[in-house]
Amino acid sequence: MVKINQNYKIKMEKITKSFGDFLALDDVTFNLDHGEVHSLLGENGAGKSSLMNVLSGIYAPDHGAISIDGKVVKINGPSDARFLGIGMVHQHFRLVKSFNALDNIALTINQTSYYSEKDNLRHKILKKMDEIGFDLDLDSPVGLLSVAEQQRVEILKVLIAGASIIILDEPTAVLTDEEAKGFFKIIRFLASSGTSVVLVTHKLKEAKEFSDKISVLRNGKLVDTIIPGKLDDEALIKLIVGEVFAEKPQLSKNFGEEKIVISDLNLHRSNHAMGLTNINFKIHEGEIYGIAGVGGNGQAELSTVLMGLTKLNSGSIKLAGYGDITKFRTDQRRKCGLVFIPADRQKYALAGELSVADNYAVASILRGDLGSWMGVKKLGKQQSILEAIAEFNIYGVQRLNQNAALLSGGNAQKLVIAREFSSKPSVVIAHSPSRGLDLKAAAFVHKQLLTARDGGAAVLLLSEDLDEIMLLSDTIGVINRGRITAEFSSPADRQIIGKAMVN
Amino acid sequence: MDFLIYWLSNVPGFATPFALGVLGMIICERSGVLNLGAEGFVLVGAMSGAGVLISVGDLPLFALVIAGLSGSLFGLLFGFLVTILRVNQVIAGLIMVFLAQGLTSLLSRNMDWVNKPFEGLSKLNTGIFSEIPIIGPIIFQQDLLVYCTLLFYWVAFYFLYRTSIGLRLRAVGENPEAVDAAGGDVILLRLLAVIIGTFFLGLAGGYFTVVVSKIWVDGISGGRGWIIIALVIFARWQLSRALLGAVIFGCIEALIPRLAAIGFQLPQYFVLMMPYAITLLVMVWSNLNPKNIKATPSSLGRPFLREERH
Repeated sequence: MVKINQNYKIKMEKITKSFGDFLALDDVTFNLDHGEVHSLLGENGAGKSSLMNVLSGIYAPDHGAISIDGKVVKINGPSDARFLGIGMVHQHFRLVKSFNALDNIALTINQTSYYSEKDNLRHKILKKMDEIGFDLDLDSPVGLLSVAEQQRVEILKVLIAGASIIILDEPTAVLTDEEAKGFFKIIRFLASSGTSVVLVTHKLKEAKEFSDKISVLRNGKLVDTIIPGKLDDEALIKLIVGEVFAEKPQLSKNFGEEKIVISDLNLHRSNHAMGLTNINFKIHEGEIYGIAGVGGNGQAELSTVLMGLTKLNSGSIKLAGYGDITKFRTDQRRKCGLVFIPADRQKYALAGELSVADNYAVASILRGDLGSWMGVKKLGKQQSILEAIAEFNIYGVQRLNQNAALLSGGNAQKLVIAREFSSKPSVVIAHSPSRGLDLKAAAFVHKQLLTARDGGAAVLLLSEDLDEIMLLSDTIGVINRGRITAEFSSPADRQIIGKAMVN
Repeated sequence: MDFLIYWLSNVPGFATPFALGVLGMIICERSGVLNLGAEGFVLVGAMSGAGVLISVGDLPLFALVIAGLSGSLFGLLFGFLVTILRVNQVIAGLIMVFLAQGLTSLLSRNMDWVNKPFEGLSKLNTGIFSEIPIIGPIIFQQDLLVYCTLLFYWVAFYFLYRTSIGLRLRAVGENPEAVDAAGGDVILLRLLAVIIGTFFLGLAGGYFTVVVSKIWVDGISGGRGWIIIALVIFARWQLSRALLGAVIFGCIEALIPRLAAIGFQLPQYFVLMMPYAITLLVMVWSNLNPKNIKATPSSLGRPFLREERH
């Protein structure tokens, strides 16, 4: 434990918060020092967000006290928190896309007259930007800015509002490696000028590299606060998950025949949307082909083209046993054994307002496993889903007719995989399958992909997380501006792949 | 030439209610509240204006203010439904239309306001100016509200684009979460927008009775509320285009009686159908043009609920 310091910026003492029977925060004591970057690590549902929501006034704690600069304070809402100098940058930005950066910032500060103080505000922002080394166009609509730039607008919002405590919720989830580096440079600078920063994150690496202290939450309890560097990865993971746990690469042992051959795929797109140019690759049975690349370089287009959701302009897709499937509709491709795990699971893989059972059964109903299209069996629907829930460890299903939207990210993804793998797939197309999942859930997803591979399926893994690609792939292709620019067989050098991604 | 001058001098009178109504709709919908109840608010305003003139006395400006306020009062009910109770905005809007139709015919019958002509608001006396050839009749032989409407547009522009509350109001229509995070009260802002917006819709209704027809009969707006809805889409929720759209429709509406006067008679049922046909056409046109889809306030029709765990 860190030595006791009486002059903490923030002391949160014995905070308890429950939602019904669920204890989200259990007697948590969390201290934040002046000018430090303090990482909060923990699995999904460990209580990180709840703790920060208490601090930013969104939740009222059941018990416990908060003091700032030694004075006990009462935070009754987001505006109280702002008044006390607490600013939060949410994972999903709270920006008005059609407004420019200046107007977005003007929105957050209470000024009597907006227009006459606009120039004043612009000067203030430019000065702040100069101070911390930001580069940003204040006059274009923020919807046209890159994600990294939008994040800068969010940070400027809290800084201009005069925050001395900044809470960052998963700030690097949307950034590339390069952008993240620049981001942390600024965060370190802010800390050195006295701002206290709370960094809520999943990523061990950045917590270790960029923070002064790390607090680990597990099941609503604060397990420990440590100085980074004192513990190795394994010990840290043990703190987070509660068990020793590490994923190791397992290369394929049995490459089979060529399963799917993609040749000369071309997809033309107008007005800045990413197209695909001369895509060539093949995947064997029992192989995971990983496609690495910075997000938005054609991954989504490639996955939808392969599933037949987007019409391609030229090229062919050949599947062993079926021949040329280029002209096949999506349902025909699915009959050939193609399955799809899309990146946005709530939007494209699940119907949130339908029940868990309906979401699961939709595949088997289409296959005709549950009777003819006129008489779908009700009983069968429930038996098979109960088996799948058990097999795929989907937690949080209280009733089969509960809405799928109520499942957490990890469990929703498990449901998608359970459904997609309910018939033996021959080709798996997975786009960022572990995005937003915690370590355990991600490991589960990885295990399922490996199992499918070892069962003889050809797996195409598109991921923006290079670690995930390195961990799972037998062959690695790099996608850049809609082209496959390089191909490596595992084990490959991380640096070289990283370079190929951005060149 | 006479035909042209006579036609054009009638345009402001026909354009003004559209201009007022679209102004109200823009303020309301810029906050993200889809208002399909325009026809209802117009009717309520129209009846109230007539009611004041018949029951209280010959006070046309007072009648217009009451028309606006009764629109707001009715709008308060609508705002309560869609912001606080988060009722589906399409359904709530349609309910407002049917409720207003029933309410105004019931009330006007009970109060005996139907088919009672009154003095109303006459044209403004601008003295020497109205004698100027061509320009005189077109610009200087109009009623007070025509000029006030231009003033309202200027004030609305100032309000929406130059004040912090206007900034927040526009932001609420695009991304209410952003305003909530910035400490603004989303519900209050939307209620405010609905109340101001329905004031102008009520005023537009008042114009139909107090200035134009000078009499109240059931359903006097004859579907013009729907044209106002089409116009706000045509205007892409922008004030300048709203004024332009209102003038174009004013020209069309002013043309019909002129054509009739020179012997070109449009079938009555065709004229009755026009507002709905035009609304439909504008809707089709607007969905064919990607610019219009992009101009729609992003959160239009989406109720706001703060993300909270229960």
